[in-house]
Amino acid sequence: MSAFLLNRLFQSIVLLVIVSIIGFTVLNLMPGGPLAQFGLDPGMTQKDVERLAAQLGLNRPLWIQYLDWAWRLMQGDWGHSFRDGSSVLAVIGRHLLATLLLMGTSTALAIAAGTWIGIRGATHRYSLFDYCATVGAMVALSVPTFWFGLIGIYIFTLKLGWVPAGNMYTIGDGSVLDYLHHLILPSMVLSLVHVAIWSRYMRTATLDALSQDFVKTARAKGVRERRILLKHVIGNALLPMITLAGMQLPSILTGALVTETVFTWPGMGRLFLDSLGYSDYPVVMGLLIFSAILVVLGNLIADIVIATVDPRIRLA
Amino acid sequence: MTKGSATTSSYSRRDALRMMAIGGAAGLIAPNLLGKPAHARTPTKPTGRVIVGLGQEPTVFNPLMAHIEVDDGVHFSVFDALFRIDPQGVIQPNLAVEVPDQKNGGISEDGLKWRIRLRDDVRWHDGKPFSAEDVKFTLELITSPNFRSWRTAGHALVRDITVLSPTEISWRMEEAFAPYLSFLTETFIVPKHILEKEANPNNAAFNQAPVGTGAFKWGKRVAGDHLELVANTEYFGDGPHIERLVFKYIPDLTVLYTQFKSGDIDLVGQPYITPDHYVEAKTLPNRVVTLLPRTSFESFYLNLERPQFKELAVREALYAAIDKEAIIQGLYYGVPTPTETFMPRQSFFFNANLPLHQFDLNRAGKILDQAGWAKGADGIRAKNGVRLSFSNSTTSGDPLREQLQQFLQQTFAQLGVEMKISNLPAAVMWGEFWMQSQFDSVIVGSSYLIGADPDVTNRLHSRSIGAKGGRGSNNAQYANPEVDALLDKGARTFDPEARRAIYSRVQELVRRDLPFLPLYQSNSVEGLKKGINGFVPNGNTRTESWNALAWYWAS
Repeated sequence: MSAFLLNRLFQSIVLLVIVSIIGFTVLNLMPGGPLAQFGLDPGMTQKDVERLAAQLGLNRPLWIQYLDWAWRLMQGDWGHSFRDGSSVLAVIGRHLLATLLLMGTSTALAIAAGTWIGIRGATHRYSLFDYCATVGAMVALSVPTFWFGLIGIYIFTLKLGWVPAGNMYTIGDGSVLDYLHHLILPSMVLSLVHVAIWSRYMRTATLDALSQDFVKTARAKGVRERRILLKHVIGNALLPMITLAGMQLPSILTGALVTETVFTWPGMGRLFLDSLGYSDYPVVMGLLIFSAILVVLGNLIADIVIATVDPRIRLA
Repeated sequence: MTKGSATTSSYSRRDALRMMAIGGAAGLIAPNLLGKPAHARTPTKPTGRVIVGLGQEPTVFNPLMAHIEVDDGVHFSVFDALFRIDPQGVIQPNLAVEVPDQKNGGISEDGLKWRIRLRDDVRWHDGKPFSAEDVKFTLELITSPNFRSWRTAGHALVRDITVLSPTEISWRMEEAFAPYLSFLTETFIVPKHILEKEANPNNAAFNQAPVGTGAFKWGKRVAGDHLELVANTEYFGDGPHIERLVFKYIPDLTVLYTQFKSGDIDLVGQPYITPDHYVEAKTLPNRVVTLLPRTSFESFYLNLERPQFKELAVREALYAAIDKEAIIQGLYYGVPTPTETFMPRQSFFFNANLPLHQFDLNRAGKILDQAGWAKGADGIRAKNGVRLSFSNSTTSGDPLREQLQQFLQQTFAQLGVEMKISNLPAAVMWGEFWMQSQFDSVIVGSSYLIGADPDVTNRLHSRSIGAKGGRGSNNAQYANPEVDALLDKGARTFDPEARRAIYSRVQELVRRDLPFLPLYQSNSVEGLKKGINGFVPNGNTRTESWNALAWYWAS
């Protein structure tokens, strides 16, 4: 186990270095840069822009900028935002909870609904339910989320007036009920895609398990179908889902770009989009490293959990 | 904006409204905003809350640091400057008790010595008294080498700042520079007693929880969502009348409009309601939707060093071939106002007597014929081996501008002029391509003024051509010795009437020379809930929230 972990740690560090180098390079290759927003400001002279570039250290060679950034990161200094001067960790901290709330809720919804739909689809294969679930999943996967979001706002807010048109809470209220009320529409919209993905995987995994020899044996023994399903099928079908859940972990914390924008949700996805728009390099790099660490962690946790629940797999 | 009788020029919201009416801009505001006496029913103590929706998030709260337009609303509310600019473009005292000029002795005859008298009844939000030391500290911080300050133009000329008393300060200018007065209306004063203790003012805690002298105090901020300011009941001026002022960040413009419709926000701030929603917005119940004049000026901008554009006849012909009315009504939903000059119409320096553009394709053809631009075998006009063919660029992904380009492309084609469309992403477009004049022609909208000062040296002086080593953004590479001389003179002249004559002449010359073909002056579609009183638009600032201290809810 410890050899496995050491190996993993080494792999992860190599991965993080590669990710950060690619990220840093691509970011800096992007035309414009953080000072482009002042290009049409009549009062900012060329001199002002050059001065700001020097103050931000942008006039140094790229590799020096990278090494400087990486060296500071190793010492625990994630840098400061170009926009407002706050430390990157503080900026991330300000957006993390909002994302956790939205993504946590929608992922929980998606897993619950997806698992149920997937299993039912597999056990009632080619039934009307199965067809509907399949078509529904195709629609959910192919229609862009922002469209669902806007249609949702149009119907449930403007026409029916049931839920608010976005925002995390009413300014001046902010009670638990108020949060929940605001959470309904975005979490539903967001979970649509995940229900679709999850149910498709679950259906396949269940079908896979159903065709295994031990299921046939159980049936031959006369075990009741319900018991077979609960005891033999679902347990086995859930194994690949653990990996999927592990892959899901980063997105729970890094947020949803589009949904957060449509529903004016102050989460990490929107932070990323905004920081990219302003070429706020330190924050974008911080988010990149943060999500890379989460990907590594998510996979690691999934591996460990699988090894724990599935005796056939040994970590070496 | 002053309460005491100590001031020579007492300026209130009432005055602002009256001036608006006199200024002829009143028609832009719904009558019910002006109909009642605005002062009659202001609450005795600040009550209620106004939520302003913004399409970009304000993040820079130290007003001296590099920032963008949406940050201005916070700065105007939390801080005060020495002066403010009113909707007519007239400078009024704010922290100063009077506006210095050569007549009252505040500015010496040669324009080099400035002396400002300050109010004695101002306190910082933490209770400490405001004094001339704060002004000195602010002006020095702006030019301090390690501080990431915003604009330094003008400030860089200030020398020998001397605090004469807590309410009086003087300095010397390296050269006479009249626009500085206007720059000071956007230079908010920061507290010395807090910032002097900071080792690195760029990352100071103050920048996330600012302390000012303004009508609103810092409340709290939920990053990515909103920030809340609370009434400063100790404010020295008239107001504030609302208890809380909230700036809410809504990144998607359709959602911004939707939340205005649904009532989640009370007032739509930058970038306002999109023109395609203008007609519908006007029909919304319990909402007041009006057009606000902005300083941004949209033009078909030419690179005069290109052989196609060197001849005035070509520029005149192209201008005559632009059907502005069709563009404004057909493409822009009637929102912008046609114009002949870069100077916004709300400016004190606007020249209203410029020759009016007329769309006339036949005349355009005749001008080109007379100038010897004859159609070749390919149907494109040419003269001395130069084909009348050029590219036009703008920010890609801007559907309205792209339609405008196609429209012009078709009209120009009828004239025997070939226009190729070649658009670029914003970051590429407004970088070197723009600053170093690498384009043939561009469709661009931007303000020409710094603050509300008419000095456009940066845009039109031959010294300001970036491609020729200049320091400004005269990217059309326009060079007219008379304009140069006028701009030099204007920057040294302090008397507003004398300056008006100078800049009127500049506008005349630029209208004649057509270094860019004026299209329109931008208006914003402003929306607010019925019941918000005291809202006065001010096209001489960059924000709708420049006077939030005067807002109040009808009781």
